[in-house]
Amino acid sequence: MVAQMLSRLWGWFDARMPSVGQEWRKHASEYYAPKNFNFWYYFGALSGLVLVIQIVSGIFLTMNYKPDAALAFASVEFIMRDVPGGWLIRYIHSTGASAFFLLVYLHMFRALLYGSHRAPRELVWIFGVLIYLTLMGEAFFGYLLPWGQMSFWGAQVIVNLFGTIPFVGPDLALWIRGDYVVSDATLNRFFALHVIALPLVLLGLVSAHILALHDVGSNNPDGIEIKKNKGADGHPLDGIPFHPYYTVKDLAGAVVFLVIFCFVMFFVPEMGGYFIEANNFIPADPLKTPEHIAPVWYFTPFYSILRAVPPLFHSQFPGVMAMGIATLILFFLPWLDRSPVKSIRYRGPLYKWALGLFVVVFLVLGYLGTEPTTVWGQFHARDGSMMDAILDTKDVATWVARVCTVLYFAFFFLMPWYTAIDKVKPVPERVTH
Amino acid sequence: MRKFLVLLLCAPLLAWAAEAGYRLDHSPHHATDLVSLQAGARTFANYCLGCHGVQYMRYSGLKEIGLTEAQIRDNLMFTAAKIGEPIKSTISTKEGKQWFGVAPPDLSVIARVRGPDWLYTYLRTFYRDPKTASGWNNAVFPNVGMPHALWKLQGERGMDKLSVKADGHDKVEYQWREISKGAQSPAEYDATVRDLVNFLVYVGEPSAVSRKNIGIVVLFVLGLLFILAYLLKLNYWKDVK
Repeated sequence: MVAQMLSRLWGWFDARMPSVGQEWRKHASEYYAPKNFNFWYYFGALSGLVLVIQIVSGIFLTMNYKPDAALAFASVEFIMRDVPGGWLIRYIHSTGASAFFLLVYLHMFRALLYGSHRAPRELVWIFGVLIYLTLMGEAFFGYLLPWGQMSFWGAQVIVNLFGTIPFVGPDLALWIRGDYVVSDATLNRFFALHVIALPLVLLGLVSAHILALHDVGSNNPDGIEIKKNKGADGHPLDGIPFHPYYTVKDLAGAVVFLVIFCFVMFFVPEMGGYFIEANNFIPADPLKTPEHIAPVWYFTPFYSILRAVPPLFHSQFPGVMAMGIATLILFFLPWLDRSPVKSIRYRGPLYKWALGLFVVVFLVLGYLGTEPTTVWGQFHARDGSMMDAILDTKDVATWVARVCTVLYFAFFFLMPWYTAIDKVKPVPERVTH
Repeated sequence: MRKFLVLLLCAPLLAWAAEAGYRLDHSPHHATDLVSLQAGARTFANYCLGCHGVQYMRYSGLKEIGLTEAQIRDNLMFTAAKIGEPIKSTISTKEGKQWFGVAPPDLSVIARVRGPDWLYTYLRTFYRDPKTASGWNNAVFPNVGMPHALWKLQGERGMDKLSVKADGHDKVEYQWREISKGAQSPAEYDATVRDLVNFLVYVGEPSAVSRKNIGIVVLFVLGLLFILAYLLKLNYWKDVK
């Protein structure tokens, strides 16, 4: 009875606005995805879930947050104590920020594993990198809002990076801050960018990312095109409709993710200082620089690269440029890769080693970025030895970061060479498992 | 390659070993011990509140640690504040600055900045030092502006820093000596500080205990949901070969 009524209601609706049904079929019930998606294929959908979580929890936070340098810190504590359930909303949002980056990193790694960025999916990848860069901006602007010491000095350091750009730098930094130091004006504009501007950009880019994907079709762990083998019904033989197959599979994956997410949120929301830094519980004080300023973990690989590059003529600009190139190089990845195969399953040893080393390098840079450069002690050079003359710093960590920075760039710049000469295995006609 | 990896794995250990400064004692507080929390609130009101507020906490919030409104009003409120108002210090920032050089900070979230171990050690390592303005110094927080507010309980102590060579490394050893006895024995004083730290940890995040309790329920529900979602997936995927 109810089912009949609903079906009639849908019929009425569909007759007047058929595009909803068409879109649903195009993107869900008749979008054919390869049947062999594995563990690595959860993170795209999960990133989307976290985007929704962040938007919803963010809306609730703005109901009590005050974007005012005199009130911001207290308003966050007000949310944590006096707003019913406020602590939960705040922890959802702070844990969600880190979860977002973790998922996006895993999602990007998946592309490196199976060649999801390669032709014909270059645009999917480019929109993805744009999402990643926007997300970095979103996280950076949002991190100022609690108005703690790390918020303030982190923003100060990052805005000053723009100040190192020759000629226009100082004016640019002033323009970003809206003041000579990070201040109420900065907080207000960062709030506007964090809650309105960048979320809109993110939503637009995510739509473009998905539309571009659905136009060319999904890649898979074998890195072959399922559209090459179509059945009599015109659908790929190795494809299954996204809905219901992948909606139910992603639902199970989402629950597993939520278990981990909730464990962190309810039991270790600070995550040992990696998700919420202890120093950020001190209200921002423009007169007191903290001893050790470290960005949140998701920025630390790039922060390490920044610190590793030695200054030139007392300017940090080379480091800033290295950091910029380290992220922008991602745009060129589809063209740097010259391998005739896409998936790591059929790649040769060179790419496997390169990717493995890249992961290690990325993690080491990430770790070092959270620590002061003295973390691994110093080289014990004898006085007057060659070492003394050559080394501008004796910090072991700085030298490890330098080696890692070179390896980071080598992964990208040498890619056209090592992927071209790598021995590849024959690729199967149909997906394997 | 392998050596490089081993070096990488060992690196965090080296970093940990290199950390300097006074060794922190582990704080033995229990977040669910209401008697301890109440004792901590009393110590805080009697010895700390004069200079340090916990302004993000309200007096009425102390009902959460098992106190009645009458108990709060009679024992913990020394100002004209109303029960629903924030717990503020009685001195102003300006006065604080004049008296101590720096204004005594608000302690609402101090436990989240410093951690319980730091607070527990800090409050037990004050010593007499004629070189400072207040006549007091601290092993964990050298040249701290605050005098030893609990000295009547702990008594006065002196401390000597000795440089010793052990296993070829320079090590600093701290030698404590008693100058005058306090109202409490060392064990009693440790318990007082434990309760005070417990209270500060509570004030830092009043929802911490209920957060964990809710978390257990949420994880349980998600566990059930996973079973359902997984069975649903298996059922739908039966025909995918």
